[in-house]
Amino acid sequence: MSHGVFIVGAYAITGLVVAALIVRAVVDARLQQRALAALEARGAGRRSGPRP
Amino acid sequence: MRLPRCLAAILALRAGRPPATSKRMIRELANPTRFMGLSGRLLPWLAAASALLLAFGLYLVWFVSPADYQQGDTVRIMYIHVPAAWLGLFFYVIMVASALGTLVWRHPLADVSQKAAAPIGAAFTLICLVTGSLWGKPMWGTYWQWDARLTSMLVMLLIYGGILALWRAVEEPNRAARAVSILTLVGAVNVPIVKFSVDWWNTLHQPASVFRLGGPTIHASMLIPLLVMALAFTLLGLALHLSGIRTEILRRRVRTLTILEAERLDAQAA
Repeated sequence: MSHGVFIVGAYAITGLVVAALIVRAVVDARLQQRALAALEARGAGRRSGPRP
Repeated sequence: MRLPRCLAAILALRAGRPPATSKRMIRELANPTRFMGLSGRLLPWLAAASALLLAFGLYLVWFVSPADYQQGDTVRIMYIHVPAAWLGLFFYVIMVASALGTLVWRHPLADVSQKAAAPIGAAFTLICLVTGSLWGKPMWGTYWQWDARLTSMLVMLLIYGGILALWRAVEEPNRAARAVSILTLVGAVNVPIVKFSVDWWNTLHQPASVFRLGGPTIHASMLIPLLVMALAFTLLGLALHLSGIRTEILRRRVRTLTILEAERLDAQAA
């Protein structure tokens, strides 16, 4: 294969960037879900605070 | 008498109005709770379809499509470089539509869509530039040339960077959305420059060979894997965009609840 380094390099960088996008999307979604669950458990949306 | 739905849609389109069904759909999607339900069901299918299509596309690229008679195997960089370039532009167009949705129609999900699209578009533009550079070195003898296509694509990456920075710089989401929308619309002038730069100027970069008036100039043995990869990248990008919109909606709920909690604690302390 001619110019193998350039071809493999291009695919490797594309794979890394796409993987970073996917990991970022999954981690960010989980962080927000956890934060929302914690706030709702504390009754953050209610005027009276958490339910007894 | 009530017209059949499809006939009413055709009459509305002929009168230059969007059909009632799409109007209703857009209105229904404006409800974040409804959007979360619908997108939650759609997202796994979209992600699975993009993964399968990507696997099939890579199989075609590596085991079916031939090496180029001049470029040899180096032509295989095309199958990631060209879809990445298309998606860099595609996500900018999505951001322009979202910016109009924010400024003109005040659609509640428009700025959320705009914010979710920016990092994805930036990533694909970066992939396009890096893979183009790695393709350019063995074919042109240089990693970089300040020609119109390459430079306008670099300008697009810088605009994406500016948009991402502006989202971070303004804390209040509605104010940030308006500022980003204006910047996005100003930056939209670069989109036709990227697309037509190879026609307007003499560039080292080759002219369009797929979407052109006379039809594609690429042989089917290379065109089909290219289109499969482009569709796979598009589905992947849309899945990431949908996921990003959902996360941004959650982030805004978290922000609202945090403010409400702080207000309640303040009131209790007083």
